[in-house]
Amino acid sequence: MELLGKTYIDFIGKRHIAFVISAVISIIGIIGIIQIARGAANMGIDFSGGTAMQLKFSKPIDTASARTALDKNGIPKVELQEVKEGNKLLIKIDRNMSIALGKSAEAVQNAFRKEYPANTFIVESSTEIGPSIGDKLRKDTLIAVVISLLGIILYIAWRFDFKFGIGATLATLHDCLAMFAVFYVLNLEINLLFITAVLTIAGYSLTDTVVVFDRIRENMHKNLKESLPNVFNRSINEVLSRTIVTSLTVFLAAISLFLFGGEVIHDFSRALLVGVIVGTYSSVFVASPIVVLLENRALQSKPQKA
Amino acid sequence: MPKGTGWRISLIVIFALLSLLYLTPTLAAKLPSWWTDLSLLPKDKIHLGLDLQGGTHLVLEVDTEKAVEGSLDIIATDLEDTLNSKNLHFKRINRVGSEKVSMLFYEKDTATTVQKLMNDKYPGYKQSPQRDEGGFVALDLQITDEAAKDRKDKAVAQALETIRNRIDQFGVSEPLIQREGIDHIVVQLPGIKDPQRAIDLIGKTARLEFKLVREDIPPNSASLPDDAEIMKEKTVDPTTNAVSEIPFVLQKKALITGDLLTDAQVRIDSQYNQPYVGIEFNSLGAKLFDQVTAANVGKRFAIVLDNNVYSAPVIRERISGGSAQISGNFTEKTAADLAIVLRAGALPAPVKIIQNETVGPSLGQDSINKGLMAGLIGVVLVVVFMAIYYKLSGIVANLGMVLNVLFLTGALAALGATLTLPGIAAIVLLIGMSVDSNVIIFERIREELKLGKTPKSALDSGYDKAFLTIMDSHVTTLITAAVLFQFGTGPVKGFAVSLSLGVIINLFTSLIGTKVTFDLFLHKGNVKKMSI
Repeated sequence: MELLGKTYIDFIGKRHIAFVISAVISIIGIIGIIQIARGAANMGIDFSGGTAMQLKFSKPIDTASARTALDKNGIPKVELQEVKEGNKLLIKIDRNMSIALGKSAEAVQNAFRKEYPANTFIVESSTEIGPSIGDKLRKDTLIAVVISLLGIILYIAWRFDFKFGIGATLATLHDCLAMFAVFYVLNLEINLLFITAVLTIAGYSLTDTVVVFDRIRENMHKNLKESLPNVFNRSINEVLSRTIVTSLTVFLAAISLFLFGGEVIHDFSRALLVGVIVGTYSSVFVASPIVVLLENRALQSKPQKA
Repeated sequence: MPKGTGWRISLIVIFALLSLLYLTPTLAAKLPSWWTDLSLLPKDKIHLGLDLQGGTHLVLEVDTEKAVEGSLDIIATDLEDTLNSKNLHFKRINRVGSEKVSMLFYEKDTATTVQKLMNDKYPGYKQSPQRDEGGFVALDLQITDEAAKDRKDKAVAQALETIRNRIDQFGVSEPLIQREGIDHIVVQLPGIKDPQRAIDLIGKTARLEFKLVREDIPPNSASLPDDAEIMKEKTVDPTTNAVSEIPFVLQKKALITGDLLTDAQVRIDSQYNQPYVGIEFNSLGAKLFDQVTAANVGKRFAIVLDNNVYSAPVIRERISGGSAQISGNFTEKTAADLAIVLRAGALPAPVKIIQNETVGPSLGQDSINKGLMAGLIGVVLVVVFMAIYYKLSGIVANLGMVLNVLFLTGALAALGATLTLPGIAAIVLLIGMSVDSNVIIFERIREELKLGKTPKSALDSGYDKAFLTIMDSHVTTLITAAVLFQFGTGPVKGFAVSLSLGVIINLFTSLIGTKVTFDLFLHKGNVKKMSI
């Protein structure tokens, strides 16, 4: 079976549209990162410090009355989220709370016990993180991201020549930024698992780019006369079906994680899904056009010689 | 059989058998006795992270400054006692911050004598020269940086030992207690039922002191003498849960401290059926207790734990024999926990909980079930897709993927790695990634076949030409996995372990495992058509 027959799509010709789309996505991603750095985004408590709890009640509980109950017991400004399946309540408390660390989870439990004596609950999970841990983690994560990207860039630089290296690096960066953009726009939580997903995609999304680049190099050596955009277009079209199929298999795995993996890794698998899709797009529409752009510029800077 | 397939098949079979061997303890409900008797056979199940089996992960920060202050306090008291016994007069000896003890003398001669005395007595401390302070002679004994560092280091090590003792006595199976960085202690308590109780037990400093109550000073008096302080007794009304506090004026200096204890046990008061903690002193403690009670009959003696007064009974008579009791508003649990912390000893410095992650057992089991479900569905989707898209070759790729999962889980079991929920996610993701290499190879083979090559040569050049591409994509994934492993903690580390192992194993199964299957089918060279 074949998904695609022989195709001839002018990918390089559409690069201007692609660049505009990618630029917009990247800018949103950069804004998202700046907001994260400023602490203005929806940060997970592993980075910001604070308390997060998941309680499972015996009877349904609505967030409005839960909020009042907590407020009445000296726990204001909580973020509440209701999970309909199984009467679950997710509670997030900022670290700038008056209650001392190590006591807020207890205080929440006491408040609910007092206000809803008939609605018993169990603590499914509870996490309290002090500011010093959050700061350290943020620093460690930043180092981890920088080292991974450096490692990838160095590897690409070693394997490909300069222009291909830039194309692959920018495409990888673009994928990471797109993940940040989606999470920032949807106001999803930026936590350690999200960063893990971003780094995983940074490593994985190169697969498609490498497949395309390998083919371009092969064709460039075979045919020296053909114009660059033609070689690129032909190469991308030749490997298009494998670009799509490899992404599809990972997509199938990620979507089953997203749909059936449970709430703990729901956002993690969502990030992976976004990354897989964007990674496929960027290997076709970002990585190769950038190389064409660079090659053209190099040719124009030394004219008349040929 | 074609040349070169023999060793590859044997390698695959050996790895598969080894994986199954290491997975047996995890898969078997109960190991047969002959299995457990053989020492060579593996017996450990795959380690589950706290997010899967439920439990508590704590990071404690030891307030090491307090430990230094504590040792300076001891020196200050010790100096006072020594100088008093030698009839050397001083105006004041007190600790200043967490670096020095400062002394004030009436006469230069006394100061000089004390300087000589301190020279031999306190190595690791340096003395300041004498200086004049409002007509008095001032002198400082300063702790050196190395000594302070050493003290802090010992405090953390000691706190770790004490916490280990407490947890052992509390009874948690397979706890993990280790030092992290300079002043952090990580405690993992898998499968713990009552985390809050354990946290209270671990975090309690448990500094037990016996202090005399100064009944001559009213607790609400505006000015307290230098040697007195106010501490409160908290009582909780069992019916209304209302907390009431009774203030006491206590003598600052503790007459007896908890380090003189040899034992602490829960007992039940036969009269009121109320639990209390009976304590036993060592010989020095017993002697001191005997002396103190003899000298202070009729006075109140406060039992103070971590600056809270537990009770302040009146000394009715001299108590010799070295045992005493601590009563308060105890339940059996709180009394038992107090006995544990007293037996295990006090922490050298207070600890602060800076991270507490608790996962209930129900959520952990739920995560396992959902993770396995997602994995199963992922496998089915990928298997069906590959079989339809690449027919028989797709089935070969699927076999490779199954081998991949088998090897990966086997390796996790054999290496004693910890499986976390993100780790399961990594395995599921690898199901998709592991067929990718084969997809790249198959697409290449299809191209070669279209050029009119025979199946055999199309196969070989397909594998050859795809090799570098596959290497590249694996190396870059491995780079990020390695970094995640280095920097990640807990669940993320589990993800990195699964991912990096999976990527390496995948390289093996896709380049050797599936290739050998094709070689077996196609080796005769007369196969006209390939199902791809």
